[in-house]
Amino acid sequence: MSELTRLTLTAAREGLAQGHFSATELTQAYLDAIEPAGDLNAFVLTTPEKALDMAKASDARLASGEAGPLEGIPLGVKDNYAVDGVRTTAGSNILKHFVPQYESTVTANLWRDGAVMLGKLNQDEFAMGSSTETSAFGATVNPWRREGSSQPLVPGGSSGGSAAAVAAHLCAGAAGTDTGGSIRQPAAFTGTVGIKPTYGRCSRWGIIAYASSLDQAGPIARSVNDAALLLRSMAGHDPKDSTSAKLPVPDYQQAVGASVKGMRIGIPREYRVDGMSDEIAALWDEGAQWLRDAGAEVVEISLPHSKYALPAYYIVALAEASSNLARYDGVRYGERVPGRDIIEMYEKTRASGFGAEVRRRIMIGTYVLSAGYYDAYYVRAQKVRTLIKRDFENAFAAGVDAVLAPATPSPAFGIGEKSGADPVEMYLQDVFTVTLNMAGLPGIAVPAGLSGEGLPLGLQLIGRPFGEEALFSLGQVIEEAAGRFPCPEDWWR
Amino acid sequence: MSVDQATVRRVAHLARIAVTEEEVVHLQGELNAILAFVDELAEVDVTGVEPMTSVTPMTLPLRADVVTDGFYPERVLANAPVTEDGFFAVPKVVE
Repeated sequence: MSELTRLTLTAAREGLAQGHFSATELTQAYLDAIEPAGDLNAFVLTTPEKALDMAKASDARLASGEAGPLEGIPLGVKDNYAVDGVRTTAGSNILKHFVPQYESTVTANLWRDGAVMLGKLNQDEFAMGSSTETSAFGATVNPWRREGSSQPLVPGGSSGGSAAAVAAHLCAGAAGTDTGGSIRQPAAFTGTVGIKPTYGRCSRWGIIAYASSLDQAGPIARSVNDAALLLRSMAGHDPKDSTSAKLPVPDYQQAVGASVKGMRIGIPREYRVDGMSDEIAALWDEGAQWLRDAGAEVVEISLPHSKYALPAYYIVALAEASSNLARYDGVRYGERVPGRDIIEMYEKTRASGFGAEVRRRIMIGTYVLSAGYYDAYYVRAQKVRTLIKRDFENAFAAGVDAVLAPATPSPAFGIGEKSGADPVEMYLQDVFTVTLNMAGLPGIAVPAGLSGEGLPLGLQLIGRPFGEEALFSLGQVIEEAAGRFPCPEDWWR
Repeated sequence: MSVDQATVRRVAHLARIAVTEEEVVHLQGELNAILAFVDELAEVDVTGVEPMTSVTPMTLPLRADVVTDGFYPERVLANAPVTEDGFFAVPKVVE
C-alpha cells in the first residue's frame, strides 16, 4: 500500500490542492494497488485509460484554479450504476455484455465535481443479497480476516465490492446503493463508513432498479468527513427522477464536528432482539455513552412494529423486483436464448440469465402480486409499512433527533456459511437496517469497535427525513471516540 | 400460506422463467420457507391503516409535454440481441 493510497479522501483532496502530488500520481497509485488485489475480487472491471484521462483533465483544472469539490479523487462505482460506454452488469449474466449509452445522474454528478473513475465494483446480482456471493462474477472477499485465521470472509452486501475496495485502499471512496441495508451492512463488515440518505436525496436515474420505493444511492468511505464530501456531490434534485427531492443540498462537511450538545438520541428497546451477541450489546451501550459524553441526551424509545419490518420488506421489495425485472426479456438489451416461440424465448432467456437468488425473489414477488394474494400479502405489507413509518414519526414528534442502533447482528461471516438451503438465514442480516428503508429515513453506519475475533463492528444512526447533517455530526462523535479501523494487513498483495 | 408444486409451475410461467422438474422441488421448499417467514404479518392489526404509497409526502411533478431527447436510433439499438432494419427483432408472434 503506497503512502498516497493510505490517505483519506479528505487528506488526498488537501494534498492535491496544495500540489504535494498530482491527480495522475494519485490515480496511478490506486491502479497499482488494484492490480495485485485480484484475490479480493472487488472490481469486476477496471478502466485505467479512462481513469488516467480523467486524472490528466483534473490536473489541468487544478493548475488553472477551476478544481471541483472532488477534483482528482479516484473512486470506484458499484456495477449497478450506468456509466456511458462502460460495461454495466449489476452482477448478472443477463447483462454480461450490456454497455449503457447514457450516464446515471449520480455518477454524472461525481464526474462534474472532478472525481476520477477507477472501475466498476462487484455486488450481489441486482443488489439481491447481503454477502456479495450471488454475483455472476463470484464472491468478493473481505480484506479483514479473523485473528490468526485465513478463512475467507464475506464483505457483506450487496455493495460488498464497494466496501471491500474502500477498506483495502483500492479506491478513495465508492458509490454504493442501499435497498435494505446494502451500504450500511457491508460498511459495518469492513470497518468503513456508509450512509444511506433519505429516500429522494439522490437521483435513482440510471441506477439499475431492484425495488424502486426503497432503492437509494450513497457513499462508502474511510471516514465520516469523506462520506460527507461524497454525499454532497452525489445528492441533488434531478428532473429525470420524479421521486427525487427538490431541496437544496447542504454542505455536509460543515456538520462534521458540529456540537451534538442537547440532541436527543433514542435507543429502541425492540432492537434488543433475542440472540444478540454480548459484544454487540456492549458496543451499543458504549456508543450511547460516547454520545452522552458529547452532551447528547440518551432516552429509551419504543418502535413497536420493528419486528415486522423484515417480513414486510421481503414482500414489498420482491413485488417491486418482479415488476422491475420484467424488462429483462432478451429483446431490447441483455442476453437472449432462442426458443420455439416468443414465450419460450422469454422463459429460457430469464432462466439462463438470472441466478438462483434472483429467480427465487422474482417468483415470490410474482406470487404475492398474483390474483387472490395481492390483498393478503402486498396491501397488508404496505399497511404495515405505514405503521413502521408512524413509529418513527411518533419518536421524532416526541423530540428524538436520531436513533442509535447496531448496524448488524454479527460481524462478517465466512463465505458459504449462510448460503445454505434456507434463504431466510441470510435475510436476517438486514434486521437492523431494513426498517429505515421502509420508512424512507437516512441512516449512517460508523465503525465503532472490534469483535473478540478482531473483526470490525458498526453502529448505526437513524435520522429524521433529510436529517443527514445530524447523522454526520453524531457519526463524527463516534469516530472520534472509537478511532478509525484500518484493515490490519494487506495479505492479498 | 404455502405453495404446492403446481403453484410453483404456475408462478414460474407467470414470471416467464423456465423451471425443470428438479428445480420445482427445490423452489417449493425455498418459497415455502420465505412465505412462512412473512406469515408473521398476519398477526398485525391493520384495521383502518392506509397502505403506504409514498414514503415522502410529495405530489408527482408535472413537466412540459415536449420532446427533450431522442434522434439516435443506433444508440437505442446498440445493446439489442437481434435487430433488423433499425428495429428490435423477435420471433414471429402473429400467425
